[in-house]
Amino acid sequence: MTLNLNPHSSPPLPSWQRVCSLADILPGLGVCALVDGRQIAVFHVAGQVYAVSNRDPFTGADVISRGLTGSYRDREAKERPKVASPLLKHAFDLETGQSLDHADMTLPTYPARVQEGEVWIGLVD
Amino acid sequence: MPQPQNQPTSLPTPTRPPQIVVIGNGMVGHRLVEQLQTQAGAVAPQQTPQITVICEESRLAYDRVHLSSHFDDPAPDLALATAEGYEQGGVRVVYGQAEAVDTAQKTIQVNDQTLSYDALVFATGSFPFVPPIAGRDAPGCFVYRTLDDLEQIRDAARNARSGVVIGGGLLGLEAAGALQKLGLTTHVVEFAPQLMPAQLDAEGGQTLRRTIEDMGIGVHVGKSTSEVTLDDSGRVSGLAFADGSALEADLVVFSAGIRPRDDLARASGLALGERGGIVIDDTCQTSAPGVYAVGECALHGGRIYGLVAPGYSMAKVAAASILHGLGLGNAPATFTGADLSTKLKLLGVEVGSFGDAKGVTEGCRTVSLSDNVRGTYSKLVLSADGLRMLGGLLVGDTARYNDLLDLALFGTPLTVPPETLIVPPLPGGAVLPAITNALICSCENVRADAVCNAIGEGARDIKALKSCTGAGTGCGGCVPSLHGLLQGELRRLGETVSNHLCEHFAYSRQELFNLIRVRGHRAWDGVLAAHGSGLGCEVCKPAVGSVLASLHNEYVLKPQHAPLQDTNDAFLANIQKNGTYSVMPRVPGGEITADSLIAIGEVARNFGMYCKITGGQRIDLLGAQRDDLPAIWAELIAAGFESGHAYGKSLRTIKSCVGSTWCRYGVQDSTGLAIRLELRYRGLRSPHKLKSGVSGCTRECAEARSKDFGIIATEAGWNLYVGGNGGVTPRHALLLAEGLDEQTLTRTIDRYLMFYVRTADRLQRTSAWLEGLEGGLDYLRAVIMDDSLGLCADLDAAMDQHVGSYEDEWAAALADPATPARFRTFVNADTRDTGLQWVEERGQLRPAFAHEMTQGLTPLPMAGGDD
Repeated sequence: MTLNLNPHSSPPLPSWQRVCSLADILPGLGVCALVDGRQIAVFHVAGQVYAVSNRDPFTGADVISRGLTGSYRDREAKERPKVASPLLKHAFDLETGQSLDHADMTLPTYPARVQEGEVWIGLVD
Repeated sequence: MPQPQNQPTSLPTPTRPPQIVVIGNGMVGHRLVEQLQTQAGAVAPQQTPQITVICEESRLAYDRVHLSSHFDDPAPDLALATAEGYEQGGVRVVYGQAEAVDTAQKTIQVNDQTLSYDALVFATGSFPFVPPIAGRDAPGCFVYRTLDDLEQIRDAARNARSGVVIGGGLLGLEAAGALQKLGLTTHVVEFAPQLMPAQLDAEGGQTLRRTIEDMGIGVHVGKSTSEVTLDDSGRVSGLAFADGSALEADLVVFSAGIRPRDDLARASGLALGERGGIVIDDTCQTSAPGVYAVGECALHGGRIYGLVAPGYSMAKVAAASILHGLGLGNAPATFTGADLSTKLKLLGVEVGSFGDAKGVTEGCRTVSLSDNVRGTYSKLVLSADGLRMLGGLLVGDTARYNDLLDLALFGTPLTVPPETLIVPPLPGGAVLPAITNALICSCENVRADAVCNAIGEGARDIKALKSCTGAGTGCGGCVPSLHGLLQGELRRLGETVSNHLCEHFAYSRQELFNLIRVRGHRAWDGVLAAHGSGLGCEVCKPAVGSVLASLHNEYVLKPQHAPLQDTNDAFLANIQKNGTYSVMPRVPGGEITADSLIAIGEVARNFGMYCKITGGQRIDLLGAQRDDLPAIWAELIAAGFESGHAYGKSLRTIKSCVGSTWCRYGVQDSTGLAIRLELRYRGLRSPHKLKSGVSGCTRECAEARSKDFGIIATEAGWNLYVGGNGGVTPRHALLLAEGLDEQTLTRTIDRYLMFYVRTADRLQRTSAWLEGLEGGLDYLRAVIMDDSLGLCADLDAAMDQHVGSYEDEWAAALADPATPARFRTFVNADTRDTGLQWVEERGQLRPAFAHEMTQGLTPLPMAGGDD
């Protein structure tokens, strides 16, 4: 089981929804899940799953799930996962949703986990 | 005639000037004279030494290294020294053979004169070794050492058909070249099992042998000659070997090594080595005070140097020692042995050998590349830990000799995989790591520190470096090193210059291309593990994907390639600002039938797409949701269309005019050519998009000169222009070649495109690439039309492979069972994207602008293909 709780998400406990099998996401790629009317981009990167909003805040288009994933080194030279929007290539930290181009831009993030080969997304509100 | 009034200024000095006598006027003897003159330049005129040269041959010093060129037509002037030159320099020449040196009285006999000396130099050189076999003195047997020897060989060759050289070393091969130039059927016989056993290893010898045999020279290795056979008249008829075999030949040239000419020194009581050679110390002085020896007659540290470079070093040292000994110079220099590294051209074959070339260091490792196609062999000998270069061999291509030699001599730890150092060089490509004061330009003798100083003083590009250091102005072979040094130095100075692909790959695109090609990588995981770090990013993934596609032309949405593709390649369509895609079927050359036009129209109507004619003579269908793309393409393919690759960094369109088919001015069928070329290059993945145009006459209606490659018809054939583009910085394409037939035109474009694909930076259009190419258009022409790098066969094969392996990506996508899932909008729902808003304008739908959305327009669902 892989579990990565988003540190920015806060109680109350999320309600979890299964969105797909892990096998539905090729390693390194993302898919878009429709959860309670919301478009959520779900990525499978280096053995982990990450869930962020599918909407690119720079362009307003729902395209993040089609972005290329990868990694960058943060200030402590730690390798962290990222995704780049396919439209204007703005990049975001996959864990925190923080824009790597503008300090005041973020992608909403969601808790995601894998249980028995199924991907679950947590919604808190 | 002396003028009386000159007398006062030339009063006799109380002492005569010091006398220096040099025995021998070969290359090293002459160099010694030059060194004496140069180094004595600072001496007061009355103390300037009187130099006397004793010259045995009838001519003064000449270039013995290039002896065989004496048979070229016209024969070059090999002279290094002239009588006039010596006279002007105050050098006295005595022709004759030196006899009887009296080291106590400091005199020497030549002809019937007795010369006194204050310093005496033996520069007597060597004589060819002739093995003691029967028949060696018969008419038809020669040695190969002097111009007189060559004249005799030439006379004998007039009545001969074949010749054999005994000795497959350096000089033997030179001699063989000379015989071949005389029109003789030529053979080389070598006792060792390979050619050039002193310099090369077995594989290197084999490579050399193949090339030499291809020239029509018979090579016989592992042969011990037992006698020179003679005919009834006592003339040479051939050779007999110890193994019982024989070889017919009308003349025999012995070139089986050299022996020092030390007979006069021996008679003079100088100390000699056990096997000959005049013993010298580090100042080049012999056992007798004031007597020196240089060159091939000298034995230093138990060693005789048979190469000219160490001889020149000795000459420099000896000159300093002599002047010092005469009280005319500063501290003497010393000769402490010489590196036997050598680079030369034998029979037109470049051969280089440096450092521990044969890998005799204990525990050493090797990396080698043997290329039977180009006829090259490169070997690097590495330290046991593989981190330092100890030496190496180069056969067939010595372009990187100086760089590699320096790496070996300095022993600097390697910072790149060693195999990248012997991959054939490409312009602007893999650059050797900067090492402490490396020799950068061997033509102008410019070292790294001079280049770095120039950079520190403000030189910021190759052009500036060339003008202030002279580096790169000779053969130009060092320009890539210069480029690398510039980049490295600018980085060191804190200026951000890097050609690294991104933080995950410390290589330029071209370097990575070569690594992927040489290592045979076929997928991202292997490339990242071997050459990269981290997880990659939006820069390196598509770049690697593009390189893999250029090399192997596999379907880009295979599971191992799909995660590398930018969204356009991932969905085989062009993403638009609202996340929908445009679709552009190929319309080769812009020629389209009425039925095809109708079919496109019907597809557009079925899926509610916005239509626009593009600048590249295509029809663009916009506003497709990704889950409609497979259905749209199923209809297009059924109507006979294929992917137009408008989404890829690949060939986009070849635009054409109607040409001679319709136009009253057209001189050739531009449309037909455009179609053939477009079908040839379709799907070729490249560093950036590629566009082309073909015009049927000089009126240029297809705007070919604004394209990456443009073709304009003339009555004499096709003119090919390269490196143009529109866009932000419009460039007119430049004329590469004119009057080509279609076959030549196509091959030239093949090579141009493949060379660009292999060597350009990521997202570098052909215009910028061409501008960055040192030597520009001339260089490009040399590479792809004159094959100056020997690359053409390789480039041709690469393009043939591309053409042969092309498949329509959309046909492949529709056949791929993974496609329906991949193109779904949502992984967990069959609904369509509800976030899209559309506005009708001029009879078509377009995406709503933000202000229109805030006005609360009702989202208009796309007309779907799912009804």
